[in-house]
Amino acid sequence: MAQIAVIAKENYPLYIRSTPMENELKFHYMVHTSLDVVDEKISAMGKALVDQRELYLGLLYPTEDYKVYGYVTNSKVKFVMVVDSSNTALRDNEIRSMFRKLHNSYTDVMCNPFYNPGDRIQSRAFDNMVTSMMIQVC
Amino acid sequence: MEGLTLSDAEQKYYSDLFSYCDIESTKKVVVNGRVLELFRAAQLPNDVVLQIMELCGATRLGYFGRSQFYIALKLVAVAQSGFPLRVESINTVKDLPLPRFVASKNEQESRLAASYSSDSESQGSYSGVIPPPPGRGQVKKGSISHDTVQSRASAEQQESASPIVSPQQSPPTSPHTWRKHNRHSSGGNSERPLAGPGPFWSPFGEAQPGSSAGDAVWSGHSPPPPQENWVSFADTPPTSTLLTMHPASVQDQTTVRTVASATTANEIRRQSSSYDDPWKITDEQRQYYINQFKTIQPDLNGFIPGSAAKEFFTKSKLPILELSHIWELSDFDKDGALTLDEFCAAFHLVVARKNGYDLPEKLPESLMPKLIDLEDAADVGDQPGEVGYPGSPAEAPPSKSPSMPSLNQTWPELNQSSEDTAIVHPVPIRMTPSKIHMQEMELKRTGSDHTNPTSPLLVKPSDLSEENKINSAVKFASGNTVADGYSSSDSFTSDPEQIGSNVTRQRSHSGTSPDNTAPPPPPPRPQPSHSRSSSLDMNRTFAVTTGQQQAGVVAHPPAVPPRPQPSQAPGPVVHRPVDADGLITHTSTSPQQIPEQPNFADFSQFEVFAASNVNEEQDDDAEKHAEVLPVEKASDPASSLRGAKTDSKTEEKTAASAPANVSKGTTPLAPPPKPVRRRLKSEDELRPDVDEHTQKTGVLAAVLAAQPSIPRSAGKDKKAIQASIRRNKETNTVLARLNSELQQQLKDVLEERISLEVQLEQLRPFSHL
Repeated sequence: MAQIAVIAKENYPLYIRSTPMENELKFHYMVHTSLDVVDEKISAMGKALVDQRELYLGLLYPTEDYKVYGYVTNSKVKFVMVVDSSNTALRDNEIRSMFRKLHNSYTDVMCNPFYNPGDRIQSRAFDNMVTSMMIQVC
Repeated sequence: MEGLTLSDAEQKYYSDLFSYCDIESTKKVVVNGRVLELFRAAQLPNDVVLQIMELCGATRLGYFGRSQFYIALKLVAVAQSGFPLRVESINTVKDLPLPRFVASKNEQESRLAASYSSDSESQGSYSGVIPPPPGRGQVKKGSISHDTVQSRASAEQQESASPIVSPQQSPPTSPHTWRKHNRHSSGGNSERPLAGPGPFWSPFGEAQPGSSAGDAVWSGHSPPPPQENWVSFADTPPTSTLLTMHPASVQDQTTVRTVASATTANEIRRQSSSYDDPWKITDEQRQYYINQFKTIQPDLNGFIPGSAAKEFFTKSKLPILELSHIWELSDFDKDGALTLDEFCAAFHLVVARKNGYDLPEKLPESLMPKLIDLEDAADVGDQPGEVGYPGSPAEAPPSKSPSMPSLNQTWPELNQSSEDTAIVHPVPIRMTPSKIHMQEMELKRTGSDHTNPTSPLLVKPSDLSEENKINSAVKFASGNTVADGYSSSDSFTSDPEQIGSNVTRQRSHSGTSPDNTAPPPPPPRPQPSHSRSSSLDMNRTFAVTTGQQQAGVVAHPPAVPPRPQPSQAPGPVVHRPVDADGLITHTSTSPQQIPEQPNFADFSQFEVFAASNVNEEQDDDAEKHAEVLPVEKASDPASSLRGAKTDSKTEEKTAASAPANVSKGTTPLAPPPKPVRRRLKSEDELRPDVDEHTQKTGVLAAVLAAQPSIPRSAGKDKKAIQASIRRNKETNTVLARLNSELQQQLKDVLEERISLEVQLEQLRPFSHL
């Protein structure tokens, strides 16, 4: 099981999707709390290192059941991914590649002139990509 | 305002009118513009209209809700009947005829009659027939008094009588929708001169296909529009979200579409596309699209920026979500701009959507940006970036083998060769400009075959794929909606990894194979440090330092300064992958290649020098050593670290140096210090071998001893001088490398020291306890 969320710069969600459709509220909450960790990580870099800051933040924090991974773009759009702790097969590289895919798909969505930044992401292509990723994870 | 009671006929009529005016499909609010047009069509004086509006409450509310609209209609009827306008009159006036909206609605009504009648197109009924509303429930709408439109309608209806696949009668929808489409844009322009026929036209156009239940053009093909929607279209507000409202856009047209071209495009398109793939763009359609493209972007090879395209397609009044999806489908390279092909595809999708076709999940093959056999083939051919994938697999293999730059050259060939319909392997690539070629390569590789494993191409694709793997994989995933070939590309992405590893493995194999040719001395120990670029063959060094070979070292002919073992081997590549192999390489190949190899950091020499510096005097060549010596001194602490690995290395060096020494003796220009240096190198890598130090000193002595022979020979002939120059340069590089490595070691040691001190500090308080 996994959840993926795209959060805008102003920390409101642009896209949230979880595979087990129930318990979404819990996931929403986790994503919300993970934003703090994300902010902490990106502020720790300092202004001078903004360019060198790596986009992939890695494991934000592990809970007993879940692991939360974070990724932030240069425009401060954050991607948060929650995966089951029992899913040990997922390696860091795979998480990285998933985030990269997310980032690219997000860029595609932004390129669409009909998309207003700040809207919820309703792109079917993005949905399909996320679905395929979740299937791969679960 | 009291409730409004309507008769059945009235009810139906009003609801039709409401749906007609409800271009936003909100089912709740009608557009003021439409309503006003309607009222104007009622041929009532303006003040009456205003009064009506006020009475029905629209002015109060600011919009026309359903009830307001109905009331207004009723009041229109009242007014038309000559009754004074009163709020009460809406219910009090009995037997009120339905409000008449006269403005040139003849054609529309006649068409409506035709469409609503279950029998075939009653083309005769065009002129001025106003069918009784109750019986038909038709939508009385003001029709556009465009004779051309009417003639078109009639013509097309007549033609539609020719049985195209449509199960229902009815004029083919495409022309209608086309007209409708056009009307949307041109309606704005025409609205003003006319008494509001414009907007009426478009809904009519939509209603008609609705009533005609299915596109004559499209119906025979997939995806069939939901015909039930069409049927219900006339009765209820359009369920399909065909109409996005931009009332402003209706009004303020900078329309790009011309009626005339639309006409021709419509008819021809209808005829030709009736029997084809519904997604195929006919020539006329394409020509029309191109004309539209030109109005936005005169250069056919240029791009339409996203904002312009957005405005343009927004005029079609499709919902933003659908337009967004159309964009996703049609923007092939995801660059935020539309090329001619992309634009045609997008336009075609818009038209199809207006016709009621559901948008596909991925771009149909016929719409993919590729060269179509149209007159603008020449233009399209200039866009290699987007063209050529479909149908390209056949060409892919030949084009694959060339390197990336040549791909560009192959593209025009592909363009010309790929006929439009022969899309064997539509593998769309989401391309960023920088990645276009690389992805091309990947796709071609995918498209052609996965079974080109051993082609040299793999080497490059592995490099490409390494970077593309992520880009392309991501992009492929994102483009899932666009084409079919993605699964292949997804699986494809795994190939580069394997291929890359294959390459690596091959490399290592290639590296080791030459080693195997020469008889290796005792198998070298796997020493991680050996993989360094300046890896020294410490084995050889140690072997030399055992002492026996020192004489041999001395006996080596002068010349080449210490030469790194790896350099002698087939390139550093050989050396690096496997340390053990590298060692073997050093020892085995050095004899053969001694004279010509550049000298890597032959630390053995340096350490020997250091030792010799301590122990011995310096020769003329000591300038060489002088460079070495200071480094040697620095390296001494380093070498002191290299205690442990002595013994085995010594053996190796012994064995290694033995053949080396022997062979060196044979070659006149073999650098005497070479074996020493090799030993030193391996020493350097075996850092913790302290014991080697002594051996190194011995080696150094040997080297130094060997050195004096060099200048003598150098002075003898120019060749020797040149050789010595070369040697010196090599020595320089070796020394520089050694220097850097030693400095690194120094840093490490210092860090260790610091950490230890910190620990000590931490522990100190406890010492008192």
